[in-house]
Amino acid sequence: MDIFKEFRKNNRLVTRHDSHIETGGSVVRISGVSVYYDGNLALDQVSFELNPGEQIAVVGPNGAGKSTLFKVIVGVLKPTEGKVDVFGSEPGGHICIAYLPQRNQVDWNFPVNVGDVIMMGRISKLGLLRQPRRGDWEIVRQALSEVGMQELITNQISELSGGQQQRMFIARALAQEAELMLMDEPLSSLDPQSQEDIFTILKKLRQRNVTIMVALHDLKTASERFDRVLLLNKHLIGFGKSDEILTAERLVEAYGGHMRLVPTPEGLMTLEDTCCDEGGNIPE
Amino acid sequence: MSILLEPLSYPFMLRGLVAVIIVGAVCSVVGTYVVLRGMAFFGDALAHSILPGIAIGYLVGEGARQPLFWWALLAALVSSIGIGAISRSTKIKEDTAIGIVFAGMFALGIALISTVRSYTVDLAHFLFGNVLGVSIPDLWLMGIFGGLVILTVIIFYKEFLVLSFDPILATTLRLPGRILDNLLLILIATTIVVSLQTVGVALMVAMLITPAATAYLMSKRLPVMMLLAACFASLSGVIGLYVSYYAGVASGAAIVLTSTLIFALTWAFNSLKNTLISKRRSIYSKE
Repeated sequence: MDIFKEFRKNNRLVTRHDSHIETGGSVVRISGVSVYYDGNLALDQVSFELNPGEQIAVVGPNGAGKSTLFKVIVGVLKPTEGKVDVFGSEPGGHICIAYLPQRNQVDWNFPVNVGDVIMMGRISKLGLLRQPRRGDWEIVRQALSEVGMQELITNQISELSGGQQQRMFIARALAQEAELMLMDEPLSSLDPQSQEDIFTILKKLRQRNVTIMVALHDLKTASERFDRVLLLNKHLIGFGKSDEILTAERLVEAYGGHMRLVPTPEGLMTLEDTCCDEGGNIPE
Repeated sequence: MSILLEPLSYPFMLRGLVAVIIVGAVCSVVGTYVVLRGMAFFGDALAHSILPGIAIGYLVGEGARQPLFWWALLAALVSSIGIGAISRSTKIKEDTAIGIVFAGMFALGIALISTVRSYTVDLAHFLFGNVLGVSIPDLWLMGIFGGLVILTVIIFYKEFLVLSFDPILATTLRLPGRILDNLLLILIATTIVVSLQTVGVALMVAMLITPAATAYLMSKRLPVMMLLAACFASLSGVIGLYVSYYAGVASGAAIVLTSTLIFALTWAFNSLKNTLISKRRSIYSKE
């Protein structure tokens, strides 16, 4: 029985991953990663490292390879070239990475309630053939109360607002006991209050030393709310403190014509990815 | 009451009823995943592509039932592996690959059966089923393999759930996705072969998706959806058989029509409920 062997192998890996915390050093080490997607270059020689507990904003125009980068780190996509190292092993060698999908890529009519979705984060810990026990449901409830949704545990997922949907996935990552969370556009089309709720949770996660990468469109949010900014357009344009990275020169390199530069009194720039305006705004 | 009891005095009716209840349960549990994962076309194609298997089993076994079962299963597995291989190794999209394999296998089946003299009668049985011809050994075979299918779905419930809802999560949780996907294909193939005699190849997809889709409209959780689907399917089977007995309609068609009617009623009821709710909401929001 192939499948049982596979499951047993996984369980061994699950127990092994617990030891990585003491090893220190970087959480993610990407070296020279390139990805060809259907014959097109999606990522070009990207290299960087993340430290434990860091909160990183990943910005770049549409099609810059942000999602591709996340998929490589998660282990869904194999890089064509280069090496990905997460917690000292290849992606897939551990179960402490959580990928929070873009909300529009989820089937919200799927017949599951909020509790069921959070419990999905636990199934590797449960193992084959075991049903969730009281302790697992306790973890699910705890994860939900961390994001302020404990009373929604029996709601069908289609009944949630955009902000609640996003917080539900954060709760699932907590139930998964993830130490690296990759969030794909978690703030897009959320109202300011819901965005603020997410940042409150991110602050809590900082205390738990969870490493977080967030793909974003809004450069202002990226520069104000995150430790470092990773500017990407197929290749890595810059990675560091926002005032060093979000310079006019680098942004022009990343966004090309799809950009608006607005100087402000403080000398900062307010910048938007205008690819959604159908390219009507070409800067001088 | 005698209307309900009278047909039961015929052993072939009793066997037929047991058969449609088993098939209803197995088809709807597996069909739930077919509906949720958008595999309806695949299910239809797989049902059609077992025809050459049946034909070979029929020619080799000289009318014996058991060889049909194994040859049909073999044809289903070969087809699903073929579909996967074509869409993975070329730039051809999966639905095109399904179409090519399905039509090719179906044609092969017809060609093989047409070499036999009693061609039309036999072909009709395979295409549209013959639930009243189910024998006791057939029922055993259906019961054992149907039971195995349901047991497998229960054992891997959590894993199939995650894989269907969020494949990326399945990868990060280190689930063996490829193996589980193939296991699901084997389950669908086995289900089709188990159900073959009730509705036949041509209407099989209705047993897989119609009760499951009806249940999908009414349920908020997966186990509820499976249970409701099983009830709808078995109910359609039983009602369909009675209709076929009294109205002299082909049994497979009667079963599928009943199940379609239940879907239509549920759909109408659902739309009515939703318009009422949204109307009430708009009244409140005006105040």
